[in-house]
Amino acid sequence: MLQDQLLILIIVIPILSALLIAAFGWYDRRWCYPITLITIFFQWCISLLLLHRVVHEGTIRYHVGGWMPPLGIELVIDPFSGFILATIMLLALASGIYARQSIEREIPPDKTVPFYVLFQLLIIGLVGMTITGDIFNLYVFIEISSIAAYALIATSKRSYSYIAAFNYLVLGSIAAGCILLGIGNIYVTTGTLNMGELAAVLPSSYHLSTVHAAFLFLIIGFSIKAAFFPLHLWLPDAYTEAPSAVTVVLSTVMAKVSVYALFRILLSIFTPAYMIDSFPITDVILMIATIAIIAGAVLAIAQNDLKRLLAYSSVSQIGYIMFALGVANQLALEGGLLHILGHAVMKGCLFMVAGIIIYRTGTSRLSEMRGLSQTMPISCAAFALAGASMIGIPPTIGFMSKYYLVLGALESGHWIYAAVLLAGSLLAVVYIWRFIEIAYFSGEHDHHHAADPEGPLSMLIPIASLALLCLFLGVFVNALMEIIEPAVTLLLGGA
Amino acid sequence: MIEGFQEIFFSRYNYWMAILLMLIGLYALIAKQNLVKKIIGLNIFQTAIFLLYISISEVRGGTAPIYLPEEGTLYVNPLPHVLILTAIVVGVSITAVALSLIIKIYEIYGTIDYDELMTVVRGR
Repeated sequence: MLQDQLLILIIVIPILSALLIAAFGWYDRRWCYPITLITIFFQWCISLLLLHRVVHEGTIRYHVGGWMPPLGIELVIDPFSGFILATIMLLALASGIYARQSIEREIPPDKTVPFYVLFQLLIIGLVGMTITGDIFNLYVFIEISSIAAYALIATSKRSYSYIAAFNYLVLGSIAAGCILLGIGNIYVTTGTLNMGELAAVLPSSYHLSTVHAAFLFLIIGFSIKAAFFPLHLWLPDAYTEAPSAVTVVLSTVMAKVSVYALFRILLSIFTPAYMIDSFPITDVILMIATIAIIAGAVLAIAQNDLKRLLAYSSVSQIGYIMFALGVANQLALEGGLLHILGHAVMKGCLFMVAGIIIYRTGTSRLSEMRGLSQTMPISCAAFALAGASMIGIPPTIGFMSKYYLVLGALESGHWIYAAVLLAGSLLAVVYIWRFIEIAYFSGEHDHHHAADPEGPLSMLIPIASLALLCLFLGVFVNALMEIIEPAVTLLLGGA
Repeated sequence: MIEGFQEIFFSRYNYWMAILLMLIGLYALIAKQNLVKKIIGLNIFQTAIFLLYISISEVRGGTAPIYLPEEGTLYVNPLPHVLILTAIVVGVSITAVALSLIIKIYEIYGTIDYDELMTVVRGR
């Protein structure tokens, strides 16, 4: 039945489409965009279908090629991965629509076809990371998405992008090496690579130093991939130099999937009991996460480039998600999951606005954006709305996730950390306000084409819908919690 | 003391060699200024991990994992070999991407020395 094959289709179809794009694009460049868009739309529909089935019928397993685990690779989707899958496909669709006009200005025309092929490959890798049930398969998908990301960053017209991509490649490869070592240690100890089986077998060897080493290697590897402070050094350059459409995907989809993988490793493969009894690391994560929140926000305030400002803000926001992992109780993790979705939506919107400003004015320097609200009212309004969500003003999604995070922290008695979290929100006010002030309140605009349309519809529609989504998701947060609650319960119960 | 050293070093020398290679690779990656040498360091780092995997799959007295009809044949564990085959492919692709980036950097800036590169970038 086709119904049962959905899990493999969501990976196989885009692989075929990547080939099709290469073939048709060689014939005529205009074919690339519709093929990419149709594929991503199709994947999005599948992800919603899967989410619906998972919520109502429970975990779905698929054995690739009919090989049963532990020999074969298993694809698993449970409420947690279903939620992440739907989130990343939504953002992938939005940035897919957004990409066409944006890359016309930001990458050389002869790189259009490779851009779409790589874009598709990036999505394949990230989707694969989300639904795989095999820890080595996870590594392979990480590398597929990473290699695509290195190349995508280098498609930019800005010449520094090559150095940014190279630095990212070196750090990313060290991270991949750490992950590979961790996987090797786990395999030596248990003799299996299947995640479900590992969760059952590993507890008997929790006292071994091999397992401790594996745990540390995996945490460090995934922290580099997720740009968790102080391992974020590749991020600002990569986000700033990449074409805007790529930045949107990197900051929303890729960062979130790396965090997802970290959650998976720490909570599903290793259990919360391991982190509390055998290897007390939650306090360390909590401490670093709070430092990340503050340091990311302070660095963001110091920037003069809008994209770089938003990149450092990402470092701060990843801190919020890791904060949930440090507290590791029901409420905080619900907040963390909510923040994964919320941050993806609002940061996607903010980077898209930065992209449309580059499309219109050719610059991303804050000082040259004076009075921009007069020529670009919709974009600036969207920025204000998403920025309000970033700060955490009710009733936006950003407020709801921080509310749950604070509740969780208070429940565990970490009230000092809760206070730091709120201070982080205040710092967010400062860096969001810098743009708002320049765009709205700093006199006459320097740009004299007020009569022109603000930008192409294919860019404005994703921006407006994501901005409105920040609001709607916050208002209808109860419907979301119905998906998130069972996901967190499953995580804390051990998969 | 000597026996303890033998126990730790000689019976597990494959691990020590892997650690040594890994550190050499990391050193080259961090300390070398030439971008190509950095990538060579990265390759040494990856190779160390590959060798570690291969060495742990060894079964003393085992043969190649080919199915033979007679009973009781001892096999080397084939799974790490398969995993590393995949990892080698990944490593080669990363090296290819890295080298092509270096070519582009050389075309634009005329140098592949990291310090010089940074001065050129700041000078622009």
